[in-house]
Amino acid sequence: MKIDRRSFLSFLIGGAAGTTLSPLPWKLMDDSAIWTQMWPWTPVPEDGESSYVNSVCTLCSGGCGITIRKIDDRAVKIEGMKGYPVNDGGVCLLGLSGLQLLYSPTRVKGPLKRVGKRGQGKWEKISWNDAISEVAKTLSDLRSKGQSHTVGIISGSDRGTVPRLFDRFLTAFGSPNLMLTPSIQDSYELTLHLMQGVQALPGFDFENTDFILSFGSGFIDGWGSPVRMFRAHSNWRSTGAKVIQIEPRLSHTAAKADKWIPINPGTEAALAMGLAHVIIKESLYDTNFVDNFSEGFYDWKRLVLGKYGPDSVATITGIDSTTIIALARGFARASKPLAICGRGQGTTPGSLHECMVVHALNALVGSINSNGGVFAVNGTEYVNWPEVEMDGIAAAGMQNERLDEAGSKKYPHSRYLLNRFPAAVNSEEKYPLQALFVAGANPLYSMPDSNAVKKAFAKIPLVVSFSSYLDETAQNADLILPNHSYLERYEDIPLPAGLLKPVIGLSRPVVEPQFNTRHVGDVIILLAKALGGNLSDAFAWDSYNACLKETLGDKWQTMVEEGFWSDPYFNTKDLETSFDTISGKFEFANQDNGFLPQFTPVKIQGDEKSYPLVLIPYDSIRLANGFIGDPPFVIKTVEDTVLKGKDVFVELNPKTARAYGLREGQRAMLSTPKGKANVKIHLFDGIMPGIVALPRGLGHTAYDDYLAGKGINFNELIGPVEDPDSGFDAAWGIRVKLAKA
Amino acid sequence: MSTLDDNAKAIEDNAEGEEVAISSPEINIKEQDNGAGGPVILFFIVGLFASLIVGWIIFPKLLYSKKRQPIDFNHRLHIAEVEDECESCHFFREDGTYSGVPKLEQCVECHEEVQGNSPDEIKFVEEYVSQDREVPWLVSSKQPDNVFFSHVAHVKVAEMECVTCHGLIGESESLKVYEYNRITGYSRDIWGKSIGGFKKNTWDRMKMDDCAECHEKETAGIERTDVKTPLGRLFDNLIAISFPGMEMPSNKGDSVQTERDACFVCHK
Repeated sequence: MKIDRRSFLSFLIGGAAGTTLSPLPWKLMDDSAIWTQMWPWTPVPEDGESSYVNSVCTLCSGGCGITIRKIDDRAVKIEGMKGYPVNDGGVCLLGLSGLQLLYSPTRVKGPLKRVGKRGQGKWEKISWNDAISEVAKTLSDLRSKGQSHTVGIISGSDRGTVPRLFDRFLTAFGSPNLMLTPSIQDSYELTLHLMQGVQALPGFDFENTDFILSFGSGFIDGWGSPVRMFRAHSNWRSTGAKVIQIEPRLSHTAAKADKWIPINPGTEAALAMGLAHVIIKESLYDTNFVDNFSEGFYDWKRLVLGKYGPDSVATITGIDSTTIIALARGFARASKPLAICGRGQGTTPGSLHECMVVHALNALVGSINSNGGVFAVNGTEYVNWPEVEMDGIAAAGMQNERLDEAGSKKYPHSRYLLNRFPAAVNSEEKYPLQALFVAGANPLYSMPDSNAVKKAFAKIPLVVSFSSYLDETAQNADLILPNHSYLERYEDIPLPAGLLKPVIGLSRPVVEPQFNTRHVGDVIILLAKALGGNLSDAFAWDSYNACLKETLGDKWQTMVEEGFWSDPYFNTKDLETSFDTISGKFEFANQDNGFLPQFTPVKIQGDEKSYPLVLIPYDSIRLANGFIGDPPFVIKTVEDTVLKGKDVFVELNPKTARAYGLREGQRAMLSTPKGKANVKIHLFDGIMPGIVALPRGLGHTAYDDYLAGKGINFNELIGPVEDPDSGFDAAWGIRVKLAKA
Repeated sequence: MSTLDDNAKAIEDNAEGEEVAISSPEINIKEQDNGAGGPVILFFIVGLFASLIVGWIIFPKLLYSKKRQPIDFNHRLHIAEVEDECESCHFFREDGTYSGVPKLEQCVECHEEVQGNSPDEIKFVEEYVSQDREVPWLVSSKQPDNVFFSHVAHVKVAEMECVTCHGLIGESESLKVYEYNRITGYSRDIWGKSIGGFKKNTWDRMKMDDCAECHEKETAGIERTDVKTPLGRLFDNLIAISFPGMEMPSNKGDSVQTERDACFVCHK
């Protein structure tokens, strides 16, 4: 028998016939189809019992109620909580992406101690006991050397039990240096203090107003409590309320307004004074309020009528006088007008005068404590602990002036001036800071003049971060004592930004802590106990949760059941009793120090010759620029004209671009007195000539690959400009030079 | 199986040995049969049988891998103890969703302590109950993620028996070895034990066709000329591409199984 090619072929043919008659090819076809549905990266939802937990979102100061859907032990969806007084079922982009923070690979999974150089990213795991005793040892050494005042805390908020625990800790320890991430709230707080004599935050009746005059406030770009603002904005559309947006750039907010009035940046207060001029001159103001409930009107009137005629204001602001007059009439004749300020999302306090002038406009038209107007809201008295008993060291430490000089003779009314802190540390004029704790804040990213902030941090021997995520500040810390993420912990969230009545929300654990983290409140209590003496006496609670429950008292049960507590008896509408000034009235001119709200130009950094253009930041609801960076879902929504790949676009008016020979999409080198950046050009008719706009919220070096290394951090290009009256950062931009790259 | 080529070659060969060619042409033909045709058929048969053996016997052995369940479980024993048959443990939640394989929480109600002395019972209490770990059961009936299946619609609304799809598992005294497909990762029970896809009982297979078998029966004695078959759909699409704008006959829906639009009633 010969085996040749023919035999082989027939073997193959037989094989093929047999294979066809076997299930092999058919089964393989089916299996390969199913295999393609089984890619490891295809998300497969958990299957299990579904349940819902109500909590409060703390990713911004908006304080929305959220309802989290869970499947067994895993949180799978965040929705707005129905019936919550802030957002009633709505949720924003960042809020609904919060699960990507909870389950993020950038979570700090347990206490870490730096082993390499600062910022090198070399860490060793350390036990909680070791970490706390290490910090306690450093702190107790400082105390025994009489240097208790050289310890500082930077916190994201000063309201609620956690920030009050920081305050209490520092008081008992002997340091005045509690600092706060600044925002427009600081300016408003001080404005209410100086004009109404109250320690409170503003509440705006957006739901009932019929004329909104916004001095650059991006109310659909993340200003105030974003979800409430979206709803209010939609409501204005249906009620026919008039919306006027004043800012140099056609933001989303401006585009949705009834009228956008471009203005020379930084001259908003001048416009407000000009409007006041027309209103007073034409006797359009609310005489009942001005005559019966205000003081110092005639001093202010003299100033307004003297210097701020429409023509001179037109020269300053670049808005023609007929527009100014028409605007003033429209505002004053509306039945429930409301003026607001705080540029973009309101991340900088801005000039105190500007805020006061805008507030004075509201007073002029009688929109203080009246429907559709502004209210002073305070609701933090519930944190009412026995006074701290200071020992000798603490008392001596508290005698020292604050490093940022808030509350000093220079800035008697300001409570925190974080913007002054880097310069104070770098100049070494006062005393060197020996230890700094950072909680709920990311100063290395979010403070202006990043280089100076970095330098200041480098001078502090011990930096401790409480961050749940490996953010810029945590990356440059010596120790990270990670807090539970916001969906794993209890916390009271009082006073959502801009709300009309005191509401305390209860943020509560949705899932068990995923990693070896601890509540920052517990860590502070443990630290106090480790330090002993008066500190341990001041922190007698067993745990943070016990402290919270005890502090909230009978509100606790309501909060557990409803998700929040609100004061049923709160009423500030009575004008007779709502002002706590010397005169007992609303003060256009402060009767104590003669302070008169007016336009005080804020000179931004850089000389006109070397830096012919002006750089301003802009905010978008799609870019988180606080202590939290954009999670992947959110960064994916940023338009291609803002960020493409890793390149950020600056907006430039086509006229300006032509003068500099720049085309759409072209690369350019942007330089300011503070730094340089390589950017791309986006031509935009909606920006005034001579101005360059850069988005805030990009240029992270920390977080995941979706965010890190994309675009430029605006804070690297700008430096703070101090407001002479308050010490706040009043910089609204910086001078800049553009050159082809 | 001789071909023209073969013949030509034979003639050529014969030309060399002329004597043979002249003396016995018949033998030559016979030799052709034996020398070429025989092996060719033989090899064909060998190839055929070899591949049939591979396809029917070896392939399934290679395709499926076996895993043991973490612990054994006696369904028969449990069903005798409970009141509500299968639903005592495999229950519906208040919202109508189906709980599937019981969680440890349910087992612990009775098995807080070791009962009896079976080694699996001891293992269960020691390794899972006392350590509060869920048992990683291997679920034979787990369908791919792109299938929506509502137990409540079938069991409560259509009043089907569990046994129709899941077979006589309630009568088993121990869990069978879990076999899974190396390519897809799913249980062998979905395709069915028979590699050829043959079934005797309704519960032998859990592929889409098996769903369809019942759905076609239940949803109609209706004449479904108005429902597109896959081929009909292809033609319709071709017509739609070739003659854009042409009026198409209205249809009940694209799916034979559901008479509704598209596939997204049962599939994601």
